[in-house]
Amino acid sequence: MAGGGELKLLGTWASPWACRVRIAMHLKALSYDYVEEDLDNKSDLLLTSNPVHKKVPVLIHNGKPISESLVIVQYIDEAFASNGRSLLPSDPQERAIARFWAAYIDDKITASWKQAFSAKTEEERLEGTKQLLVAVETLEGALRVCSKGKPFFGGDSVGYLDVVLGGLLPWLQGTEALCGVEFLDAARTPLLSAWAERFGALDAAKAVLPDVGRLVEFAKVRREQQAAAAAAAKN
Amino acid sequence: MARVGGELKLLGLWASPFVTRAKLALQIKGLSYEYVEEDLGNKSELLLSSNPVHKAVPVLIHNGKPVCESSVIVQYIDDAFAGSGPSLLPADPYQRAVACFWAAYLEDKMLTPWGRVFKVKTDEEKAEAMRQTIAAVDVLEDGLKECSGGQGPFFGGDSVGYVDILLGGMVSWVKASEPLSGSKLIDAEKTPLLAAWMERFCELDAAKAVLQDVDRVVEYAKLVMTKNAARASNNN
Repeated sequence: MAGGGELKLLGTWASPWACRVRIAMHLKALSYDYVEEDLDNKSDLLLTSNPVHKKVPVLIHNGKPISESLVIVQYIDEAFASNGRSLLPSDPQERAIARFWAAYIDDKITASWKQAFSAKTEEERLEGTKQLLVAVETLEGALRVCSKGKPFFGGDSVGYLDVVLGGLLPWLQGTEALCGVEFLDAARTPLLSAWAERFGALDAAKAVLPDVGRLVEFAKVRREQQAAAAAAAKN
Repeated sequence: MARVGGELKLLGLWASPFVTRAKLALQIKGLSYEYVEEDLGNKSELLLSSNPVHKAVPVLIHNGKPVCESSVIVQYIDDAFAGSGPSLLPADPYQRAVACFWAAYLEDKMLTPWGRVFKVKTDEEKAEAMRQTIAAVDVLEDGLKECSGGQGPFFGGDSVGYVDILLGGMVSWVKASEPLSGSKLIDAEKTPLLAAWMERFCELDAAKAVLQDVDRVVEYAKLVMTKNAARASNNN
């Protein structure tokens, strides 16, 4: 695979944000050095490359770091414009629509998902799932408008928004096990369910996305650890 | 000002710092537009149909097609009117990524807690939200250093750019912070670069044309907080 200069990506296998970037790299046929971080023992490289957030993913291109998954994906699209197809649309109005829905996914979908996942009371969980279901139905509408009957948010081929949502796919598929409600319900949101299958079948997705079962077990263990740590901190 | 590239309409609210961002971008790019002041207690059909997801301002309508979310609008104005006025985002992809990183930081780490200050009930919660906001401003000082690269007083270097506009839209509210809460959000002693930034920003023609009167913002903010407090006690 071709690359323009030295590319290194710091990530974790479970991180949906890192998955977004890895999917984008795959779609742009970029070769890179992948470093699996241990979030309980962050590398010096991670801490110096992302001193503000100390989080993954971080893309390091010719020694220069870029953080925040949406920023990284757009950077890859621009810096490697001649590699493969553009992820972002060229038309300013369509680009604005893609950015709007990317912000929606990161603000509304993830916030309600996290509330349902980390809820300490049943009331909190139900509130989270209620908001999540509203957000999913809104996203179904977005897919209808953006795809115009074609297979992806990007139309005939995978685009920015597909990558933004696609990185989250195993987490979305694990929603019933982790939050108590099905995210991708073929009856409720047929377009999104069909999109999920199509996206999951892509080479990039198969190469990058973790197994749902493994992710669900990992998330459950992590949740218990965090609850125990919080309880211990109170005592 | 040039009437370039079709019909532009901006739906807004005079007090909103997010609307101010859109106005600043339009002004800096030299674009004329029709401004519609919305009544958020009685939203227009146009607003509701243009932004059905959030039903919020600002909404920019260009040749009948709506663009929503202030940061998306500013980028759209830069993309769609590339030949008009200065570029708001750098041409270099890496510099652009740095600008977008700090724009995201501004939204997530500074504006999110700051918004809570106006919504939370107790003084402790307000103080904690303010503390988080001020902590973010300290970090933003480093962001200004990184973005400007020592080339000038602005995030965009020697000229105004994307991050300048996103923060610039907030300036009247930043200045209102001291009379409202007793705390200076941008304090020349703690964040000298940002303090200098704010002075230079306010000298711009676009800023003078667009930024709201601070006293008016203070009165408005007090009204909003009173309403939120009343709503909160009614819910108990």
